[in-house]
Amino acid sequence: MSIKRQKYIRLTLTYIVILAMFAVIFYPLLWIVGSSFNPGQSLSGSSIIPKNATLAHYKELFDTNQSPYLYWYWNSLKVSVLTMVFTVILVSLTAYSFSRYRFIGRKNSLMTFLILQMIPNFAALIAIFILALLTGLLDTHLGLILVYVGGAIPMNTWLMKGYLDTIPKELDESAKMDGAGHLRIFFQIVMPLATPIIAVVALFAFIAPFGDFILARILLRTEEKYTLAVGLYDMVAKQFGAEFTTFAAGAVLIAVPIAILFLSFQKYFVSGLTAGGTKG
Amino acid sequence: MEKKSYQTNHRRIATALSIIPGLGQLYNKQYLKGIAFLILTGAFFGVFADLLNMGLWGLFTLGEQTPRDHSIFLMVEGILALIVLLFGIGFYLFNLNDAYKTGLKRDMGERLSSVKEQYNNLIDNGFPYLIMSPGFLLLIFVVVFPIIFVVLLAFTNYDLYHSPPAKLVDWVGLKNFFDLFQLESWRQTFFSVLSWTIIWTFVATTFQVALGMFLAILVNQKDVKGKAIIRTVFILPWAVPAFVSILVFAGMFNESFGAINRDILGFFGIDPIPWMTEAMYTKVALIMIQTWLGFPFIFAMVTGVLQSIPEELYEAATVDGATNLQKFKNITLPLVLFATAPILITQYTFNFNNFNIIYLFNGGGPAVSGANAGGTDILISWIYSLTMTSAQYSKAAAITMLLSLIVIGVALWQFKRTKSFQEEDMM
Repeated sequence: MSIKRQKYIRLTLTYIVILAMFAVIFYPLLWIVGSSFNPGQSLSGSSIIPKNATLAHYKELFDTNQSPYLYWYWNSLKVSVLTMVFTVILVSLTAYSFSRYRFIGRKNSLMTFLILQMIPNFAALIAIFILALLTGLLDTHLGLILVYVGGAIPMNTWLMKGYLDTIPKELDESAKMDGAGHLRIFFQIVMPLATPIIAVVALFAFIAPFGDFILARILLRTEEKYTLAVGLYDMVAKQFGAEFTTFAAGAVLIAVPIAILFLSFQKYFVSGLTAGGTKG
Repeated sequence: MEKKSYQTNHRRIATALSIIPGLGQLYNKQYLKGIAFLILTGAFFGVFADLLNMGLWGLFTLGEQTPRDHSIFLMVEGILALIVLLFGIGFYLFNLNDAYKTGLKRDMGERLSSVKEQYNNLIDNGFPYLIMSPGFLLLIFVVVFPIIFVVLLAFTNYDLYHSPPAKLVDWVGLKNFFDLFQLESWRQTFFSVLSWTIIWTFVATTFQVALGMFLAILVNQKDVKGKAIIRTVFILPWAVPAFVSILVFAGMFNESFGAINRDILGFFGIDPIPWMTEAMYTKVALIMIQTWLGFPFIFAMVTGVLQSIPEELYEAATVDGATNLQKFKNITLPLVLFATAPILITQYTFNFNNFNIIYLFNGGGPAVSGANAGGTDILISWIYSLTMTSAQYSKAAAITMLLSLIVIGVALWQFKRTKSFQEEDMM
């Protein structure tokens, strides 16, 4: 067998595998897009390319009298953005003090953070539920945000500390010589240099609450306060199939913007995760 | 060692006086500090006396009469009291240490720092504590507190029949753990859930890792055209929010209208498969779905590593007459595995706790007769249903503890091996 022929076979096999994967990846995605255009509520008799396509389900979702979908969308955005803002602020402060100061209790705190980040924060869901009940934070977005932010602190602190450690200390020392105070060094010297890792932490802190189901399910009780994950699940689980096409439209409306956002930030994701994996 | 002796004995006297915080500082002529410490101590007891008294009593007894005492609220108060007490003890030790140090300075005849210097010192040393405190407080209340609570709960009999306010909860020691391992019904369920959790973790993760690596290497071949498009498509399952994909798959695998049975299997003339009602098929479906969801992440990672392998390595190998297989086995694979090992292990722990896919796909079902866990429940989803549907709080807490021990064990073992532990000053 000549080298040329061998190469030909190898490439053909490669493309066959790639095409097969394309089919496996696209089929569910196209199926849900197709379902969302199918007339009627149930899927029996539907097909991927609907014969008389309709936008009725999308219209229904945008009408708050018919469906609380818009509330869910807004809730999810609100919770995710606020979680992101608070996480970035708190994590920057904690990571900065771990990276730049040597204080009593530092080593033990770092060790504690390391162990805490390993326990998924929903493992203590009974306690979170009871605590929220006691403090009146049950069925509020504030309670949910606090739990998300608290849960995001340990892991992201390690991630950011690892990055801050690579910023030369001489920079802040010389600024100190010139008379810069603690806050000034933090805001004007270190933070501007840490923008890449801040972006990564922000991205993680935004995406995590968006995809979370279990905590939102436990803490949120009224339908209008649901986030998308809980709302869409309810839509499917209540009477399976009875509202499936509407669910499909809802799924498309959420998957498309998130996928676009994700694909444009994808390389930060990878760099952030590898940084966290190897350095911290 | 020769014991140093001083003419004065300020350090001892100051420390002894500091048994009441502040007096030692006053003795050391640091009046402002002394008064501040005294006031702080007074305020501490003034504000927290009730909480400490009530909380510790409550934690110990978990309540004595039913309508008056709510065991769970008492427990929460008790934990709060413990946390407050811990802070108090920390402050107390700091106070003793401070009095001793200042006394020692006086014994050695050193000048004491002025109020202004003390202030500057406080700002400098206190700054990291100050900026950490908001994050730290939040962490204590939403992460540490619940963990302590769950640990304590595991040693009580809190369930549907011992549920406040009608009934009291009691400490029962290790009974929950004994029940899990000794009572036939619990033991059987526990071990069947545990074994499926382990199988699920290994099979699903290994599949997604293997597929991701294989595809990354495949696409990375030099003569494959259209790499950018292929890579974007392969990332897609990761870009769509996982809960959406899982719910979509739940629809596709639905037995009455799902596309899998009706369109795909029907096309090949295969009879419909009971995906949702027979545990075995649900398990197969779950593993396939997780592979679909999880491979893009590995794919992206490995692609990154592959692109950083210098071309010279392969050229040198070609000169030495290595075959493609040898190059793969001796260059590509070791480098990829080395660079991605820590992330691979987090993939296993992630799937170990992958609640979303199990719950959203089929609610942990199908139900199994005679067991209180569904046929595809993993530990975390079992804990969820024990808590939210059957109110077996203390058993759920005991299982949570076991699960956390497993996860922490694996993770510690992993982190011990990463280099961050060996680097100096990292910690």
